[in-house]
Amino acid sequence: MALLYAEGVSVSVDNRPLLTEVHFEVDVGELVCVIGPNGAGKSTLLRALCGEAAMENGWVHFKGESLPSLPARNRARQLAVLPQNNPLSFAFTGLELVALSRTPHATGTERDRAICLEAMAALDVSHLSERLYPTLSGGEQQRLQLARVMAQIWRAEDGGDRLLLLDEPATSLDIAHQYGMMRAVRDFARSGVAVVMTVHDLAHASGYSDRILALKQGRSMAYGSAESVLTTENMQQLYGYSVTVIPHPVTGKSLVVADV
Amino acid sequence: MTIARIRALNLAWWLLPAVFASSFVTAVAVGAVYLSPSQVFVALSGQGEGGLARDIVQAIRLPRAILAAGVGAVLAICGAMLQGLFRNPLADPSLIGVTAGASFGACLAILLGAEVAGAFGSLPMVSIAAFCGGLTAVALVYKVAKGINGTSVATMLLMGIAVTAFSASLVGLMEYFADNEMLRRISLWRMGGLDAASYPRAFLILAVLCGLLVTMPRFGSSLNVLLLGESQARHLGVDVERVKTTLIVFVAAGVGASVAVAGSIAFVGLVVPHMVRLWVGPDHRQLLPLSALAGAILLLLSDTLARTIIAPVEIPVGLITALIGVPFFISLLRKNKRSL
Repeated sequence: MALLYAEGVSVSVDNRPLLTEVHFEVDVGELVCVIGPNGAGKSTLLRALCGEAAMENGWVHFKGESLPSLPARNRARQLAVLPQNNPLSFAFTGLELVALSRTPHATGTERDRAICLEAMAALDVSHLSERLYPTLSGGEQQRLQLARVMAQIWRAEDGGDRLLLLDEPATSLDIAHQYGMMRAVRDFARSGVAVVMTVHDLAHASGYSDRILALKQGRSMAYGSAESVLTTENMQQLYGYSVTVIPHPVTGKSLVVADV
Repeated sequence: MTIARIRALNLAWWLLPAVFASSFVTAVAVGAVYLSPSQVFVALSGQGEGGLARDIVQAIRLPRAILAAGVGAVLAICGAMLQGLFRNPLADPSLIGVTAGASFGACLAILLGAEVAGAFGSLPMVSIAAFCGGLTAVALVYKVAKGINGTSVATMLLMGIAVTAFSASLVGLMEYFADNEMLRRISLWRMGGLDAASYPRAFLILAVLCGLLVTMPRFGSSLNVLLLGESQARHLGVDVERVKTTLIVFVAAGVGASVAVAGSIAFVGLVVPHMVRLWVGPDHRQLLPLSALAGAILLLLSDTLARTIIAPVEIPVGLITALIGVPFFISLLRKNKRSL
């Protein structure tokens, strides 16, 4: 069985269905991108996967067990979640913020510090370790938060096979840092982590994901490899907008462009 | 940690205990009869041939200094805990209705003339009524804010405001019907004062302080993580509901006890943790103990001033805390404008 296995997941709020019968699985080393228009249920899916949103139907198994049944600290060593908004008005320095991720561990200050610095290097935020968080730009704050959730599950020794859920991690990053981040996350996945992330930029999904889940109005519309999901027909149906899918002139990967 | 921050921490851990010790000695030494530090030490150690100095220190000034330090420390810790819990550097014990509830209890007791009537471990009924009022207010706020999805911080703040407004109206009504003598006692009580210091009061607040100090290390890192938001704290392995409930109970007990023994002393709970945070950063493992020290210092110095500035008249200490603290606070804010 896959590391994360979700079957028939349905979530409703006030009798309004947000997710209906979504089936989904991710294995260690895989990066899955969830795409779909605004309000399609992408964030709700992530929240259902980590046990934050109550499911009406269906179940989610992580390593064959339900996540809420795991002891909190034990769970925190194997699962890290980055929500869309991370407001913080207290003046932690960059390194202090990333170091909060090591709270569930008992690895010792020295090792924790080394892990945090590695994670910060991976997201190109080493130079922010001494800066105060509230004084940073939106993109810098976002990269620090990403470094924080990755540092939380950085080593296989602490949690075995791990799961990382990211909700629109590319928000407010410049183009170089968007792709730097995608590469860092994919490399992280290859080190023994299952990664599920929601994205809006389809080039990210096309370039770096192992599989793509397309959600439309809370239902799974397509699920599979980038080539099979990112087709002109699928994308027009998914977004209700006229688009064309062409191969990228350099990489050959599927590229979704609007017909303006 | 930045080098500047490590330096600030080292300085704070060196400076605050030293200033605390000297303000404690000053509080014991200064008053209607001036005692030299050596007289203070002799009297405190219980050696020597007794006499006036020893009586003054042991019967009057020592319990008062302990009470001042204890109340200051408890209020500052409670303020720091609440600010962390609400993720808002402007939170204050009065926000969740503790102070208002305690005021209501005290006014009711004054109005009913209960102070004369009973004494329980030499704590007058007014203090007991204040303590009960504070706990009731928090219990009410907490009960409403606790829903199926855990405790909502926003609801709790709103309920705190509602309870505060409600208590204020009731107190206003009581003041309207009170006679001149009661009115004066109510308003004096509300300004806060340490003039009724006694060993039982001092030991009550010390007991509460010890409780807070013993459990504090367990909450430091949980509070740090809580600053990221409740759902992140949960994902980082913190039992958020348990931490929140425990902290609210602690704060209610701490503020309730300090209001009971010293009336409502404004400003300490709000501004002391804020000042310490501006100085050493938001890490609660350092912030909580350093705030305790700073709160104790502020109240010791304020009380010494309140007793001596126009002696033999005593000014209510609650008025002095703001007079000393605010200029200092403003200067810190100005200095840190860029980094905030």
